Amino acid sequence: MSLTTRDKIIETRAVTKRFGGRKSLFKPATSVSAVNGVSLDIKRGETFSIVGESGCGKSTLARLLVRLLTPSDGAVLYDGNDISALSEQEMRHLRKDLQFIFQDPFSSLNPRMSVGALIEEPMKVHTTLSRAERRQKVAELLNRVGLRPAFANRYPHEFSGGQRQRIGIARALASGPKVIVGDEPVSALDVSVQAQVINLLEDLKSEFDLTLILIAHDLAVIRHMSDRVAVMYLGEIVELAPNDALFDKPLHPYTQALMRAIPIASPHGRSMKAALSGDVPSPLDPPSGCRFHPRCPHATDLCSQEKPAPATIAGDRTVACHHWEKIADADQSPVQEPPRSPNAEKRFALFRTRSQQQEPTTATRP
Amino acid sequence: MSAVTTAADPAEETIRLESRAWKKLKANKSALFGFIIVAFFIGIAVAAPVLPIADPLATDWGAVRKAPSAAHWLGTDEIGRDILSRMIWGAQASLMAGVVSVLIAVLIGVPFGLLSGYFGGWTDQAISRVTDALLATPFLILAIALAAFLGPSLTNAMIAIGLSAMPIFVRLTRGQVLSVKTEDYVEGARAIGLSHVAIMSRYILPNVFAPVLVQATLTVATAIIAEASLSFLGLGQQAPAPSWGSMLNVAKNFMTQAPWMAWWPGAAIFLVVLGFNLLGDGLRDALDPRES
Repeated sequence: MSLTTRDKIIETRAVTKRFGGRKSLFKPATSVSAVNGVSLDIKRGETFSIVGESGCGKSTLARLLVRLLTPSDGAVLYDGNDISALSEQEMRHLRKDLQFIFQDPFSSLNPRMSVGALIEEPMKVHTTLSRAERRQKVAELLNRVGLRPAFANRYPHEFSGGQRQRIGIARALASGPKVIVGDEPVSALDVSVQAQVINLLEDLKSEFDLTLILIAHDLAVIRHMSDRVAVMYLGEIVELAPNDALFDKPLHPYTQALMRAIPIASPHGRSMKAALSGDVPSPLDPPSGCRFHPRCPHATDLCSQEKPAPATIAGDRTVACHHWEKIADADQSPVQEPPRSPNAEKRFALFRTRSQQQEPTTATRP
Repeated sequence: MSAVTTAADPAEETIRLESRAWKKLKANKSALFGFIIVAFFIGIAVAAPVLPIADPLATDWGAVRKAPSAAHWLGTDEIGRDILSRMIWGAQASLMAGVVSVLIAVLIGVPFGLLSGYFGGWTDQAISRVTDALLATPFLILAIALAAFLGPSLTNAMIAIGLSAMPIFVRLTRGQVLSVKTEDYVEGARAIGLSHVAIMSRYILPNVFAPVLVQATLTVATAIIAEASLSFLGLGQQAPAPSWGSMLNVAKNFMTQAPWMAWWPGAAIFLVVLGFNLLGDGLRDALDPRES
């Protein structure tokens, strides 16, 4: 591989993870491909999001990227080197660069260790800092994630979910990583706290030159943060596109369905049509051809027979669908808010001027 | 934020956790009672050589099987030895047997349970099958068989009891490890790049330790009774040295003529076992940092 700083920090080559499948006397071995032949390139310094409904394999993919799971097939490359074949010992050194933030802040911190010890630990493993220097850095990190340095002496159970997630973030930062993978880092938090933690992650990303990989099912979070988004369905990536392009004009029928599931703040804009029918098929027995075809409104015979290869569009976009061009022609753009009636427009204008004149708009009313 | 304060000493943290546990233990009346009983018996066992009591081995043919009196507070036994003195010296043997055999059981059982639960696979299969086999044998039968095999002495009795109690700790630890292993923080420890040894010692062991400690205090009680049983059969403490079990063993022959010979060791065993049980229950609650 080249010696120059590579543009791609993490790459996966047809990575597959199968679970289960011990065969017994009476049953043949059954296994689930949680992730099936996923190839991605993650660029240095970007925020890359992976989205999909629960059970689509996004958390498994996240763990594969940092070798918390070993791929059954394919390869994961970090800085051009295959890490899927490294031994646990060799991998330990690389963990300095690759850190992970967990979904559930209540089970991801060792209850028997103080916050200070938790944050200090990665430094003990990966750096040669002295005790005093480590303590100093713990205090700085706590400060940086918005917690009081005095909290170092307390135990995780004394904190709220949002605070614990900040502790988790401080711990992830402690070794000086290059990549942070967040497995639904805010989905277990209150909505009001989610925004704070997301903004914190964004600030830290630019401050520490991180590459951020986020797993999420909340499209609002993704739209707010990401540079590029990969949409997963049943262990495969169906569409990968820059953030704005994906949200403005989703190409894959599954992405379109996802977009239609975003609530629209206008009653006129809501369509009564259900976005998708049926459930996600069992990954034990995935559908033939395109895995989405049983639920796809555009499916044809071709879809059930042949798996669509990812087509590259406009250089930085891929979509795995036989009919994406046809679908794109038929107007399937996400529902726009219809124009307001003149009367409504007048009322909005009135409201705006009133609210500018007197600050508390509702409190003045009797 | 004003001056950035540095984190406290880990030693200080430990003291903080311990003092919190101690406070909780003190607030728990029954645990405190258990602690006082255990402390009392340990106290007299340790102080036995300096207490102004009669020689536990000195016989007095003029005072055979005398009921409790001013001269012999707890009476005398069948060859005129002072029962109070023998009770106090016997506390040494009985408590030693309880504590040492449990230590043996914990020191062997916990590491095996940890390995078995943490690594799974063949390690687990091998350790679990041996444990199952040992658990299939009744505790006392196994202890008697081992003690008979090792030869009669207090040390061998302790080893026999320890080995017999060991599989309980293997199984308990393994089960606890299996549940703790699935916690996110263990995966988090791997994500940081810790070695297996570090994960086991810093993440898993502290989180499985509370139930092990409770089981240990409860097993101390069982072990004291087992030592009494072994001594009763002549496999434990050897005559003429006293232990509560061997005293009971002799007393059974004089139940009608000198019932006090059986009362005192019986009551002492009862009290110590009660004390360890109460203390164990209290420790379980006190050692959990999550409960306030």
